[in-house]
Amino acid sequence: MAATTTPRAGARTGPARRAPRIRVTPGSAVLYAVAAACALLWLAPLLWAVATSVKPEAETTAVPVRWLTDNPTTQAYASVLARGDLLRWMANSAIISVLVTALTLVLCVLAAYGFAKCRFPGRGWLFAVVVAGILVPPQVLIVPLFAQMGLMGLVDTYWGIALPQVVAPVMVFVLKRFFDGIPAAYEDAARMDGAGPLRVLWSVVLPMSRPVLAAVGIFTFVGAWNNFLWPFVATTDPAMMTLPVGLGTVQGAYGLQYAQTMAAAVISALPLLVVFLFFQRQIVSGIAGVGIKG
Amino acid sequence: MTTRTSTEDARAPSLPEPPGGTAPRRPASWTGLWFVLPFVACYALFLVWPTLTGLGYSLTDQSLSGAPAGFVGLANWQEALADPNVWSSLRNTLVFTALSVPPLVLVGLGMALLTDRARRLGWFLRFAFFAPFVLPVAVVTLIWVWIYQPGIGLINGTLAALGLGEVNWLTDERFAMLSVVATTTWWTAGFNYLLYLAALQGIPREVHEAAALDGAGSWQRLRGVTLPLLRRTTALVLVLQLVASLKVFDQMYLMTIGLPDAATRPIIQYVYESGFTGFRIGYASAVSYLFFAVVIVASIVQFRLFSRKED
Repeated sequence: MAATTTPRAGARTGPARRAPRIRVTPGSAVLYAVAAACALLWLAPLLWAVATSVKPEAETTAVPVRWLTDNPTTQAYASVLARGDLLRWMANSAIISVLVTALTLVLCVLAAYGFAKCRFPGRGWLFAVVVAGILVPPQVLIVPLFAQMGLMGLVDTYWGIALPQVVAPVMVFVLKRFFDGIPAAYEDAARMDGAGPLRVLWSVVLPMSRPVLAAVGIFTFVGAWNNFLWPFVATTDPAMMTLPVGLGTVQGAYGLQYAQTMAAAVISALPLLVVFLFFQRQIVSGIAGVGIKG
Repeated sequence: MTTRTSTEDARAPSLPEPPGGTAPRRPASWTGLWFVLPFVACYALFLVWPTLTGLGYSLTDQSLSGAPAGFVGLANWQEALADPNVWSSLRNTLVFTALSVPPLVLVGLGMALLTDRARRLGWFLRFAFFAPFVLPVAVVTLIWVWIYQPGIGLINGTLAALGLGEVNWLTDERFAMLSVVATTTWWTAGFNYLLYLAALQGIPREVHEAAALDGAGSWQRLRGVTLPLLRRTTALVLVLQLVASLKVFDQMYLMTIGLPDAATRPIIQYVYESGFTGFRIGYASAVSYLFFAVVIVASIVQFRLFSRKED
């Protein structure tokens, strides 16, 4: 949302006005119509879910298909919330995502700083070993990790779900690359004033790294919130399940009650959609900045 | 010991560089080790160790039931290589990858081009195109299973209203994979879209203006200027998308729970079933290492392909 939000009237009056980049020509009218149509098409599944969720249950299976009901109701939402498990899964997801994000940030920032700014014996090969970990798909590890969690007594615990997600070599790589670009002069100045390495990291490096920290934090949080495979493997107790796992696998949770199913989907979609609505710019630049994918 | 990356990082703070770069020229000390130690410990415990034990399990008849395991040599590997389920599920993963990468990349590019041109709708377009990506997979599959529903779902209901016959999108083997690909495209194209959008918005206006002055129409500018400038982004998007598609499991599993899965069981689901439904940890480990090999081969091929292009 850069400087393109010039007054709308400008577009109407056409080339006479100076500021607007976009002039209304038949071409741009078509462009805008196509863009709006594509966006609506892309939103259609979500709109359909909302439309279904406010129908009385009996109307959801009516043929022919209708988008809008004459008798909108919040009955489906009330039933879903009354069951309670959805809120429980949401709370689990929130706890685990916060845990994963906080730990990832602390561990990866420390490691990236150590690799970028300190010299110690074995630094080169240790970093090479860490970077090689980027190649290991987490999906390969589910079987041995589950056995390991069993031995450690961490099955069906928050720690068991969270800890394996904390190991993110890619984030160490991204952060180190950023720290490398911070001129040593800044740190030298602080060091001259008697600051130790931890102090330099905290009061010199971190304040200069806010964008990359936000990017790593957002990316990690969204990833942990939506992670499916490992939480799915690591939980057997429905009370410990995260939102994607509980919602996706608890059989017959909502049976053939489509209004309730869609109400559950809408409620589950809301937290991150709302966050995305408010922090669109940060999230867009953050994810484009880190540029990696599960 | 030369793992330092160059300092020409575009995202680094733009500050005057002191001559001689930023190489830490301080004497070596053990302090740095304390910084990397917590991460390295977790890394060793939750990544290196399971990678090694997985390889070890693949040589044993380890089971989930906790019965003592014995060394069986390469028996699991031999069995896996002869197991038709391994090959069919690997084939499903590869078919999914081949079918899903082109639309995921092209749709992402198309949406980014639209957003870059229709700037007044920018906020709305970014929301519409990217919103599905932040949805948990279960939300996506619940909505799409409902949309694909025979008889009363949105698509079949609309087809019926138009007087067309209905399709069993998820149960008909000819369509099940395509349906999962369509859902996946809707769900995750937003990520590629963001990468393309960031690249497009990094192209200076003057480039377009110069081309326009030379009399290039918008189609010529797209083909002659914009797309060539996006080549590096396309390489990145392709690499990330290919590996992401090879790892498919979540949506395919959830959309076809309880359905005949011959056509829609990806290799990771077979790993899961061997290990957690069949209780055969050793065998599942061997199968997951076969998958690992496929991912590594794909990564190496890509790396060589693209590093040649960069020259």
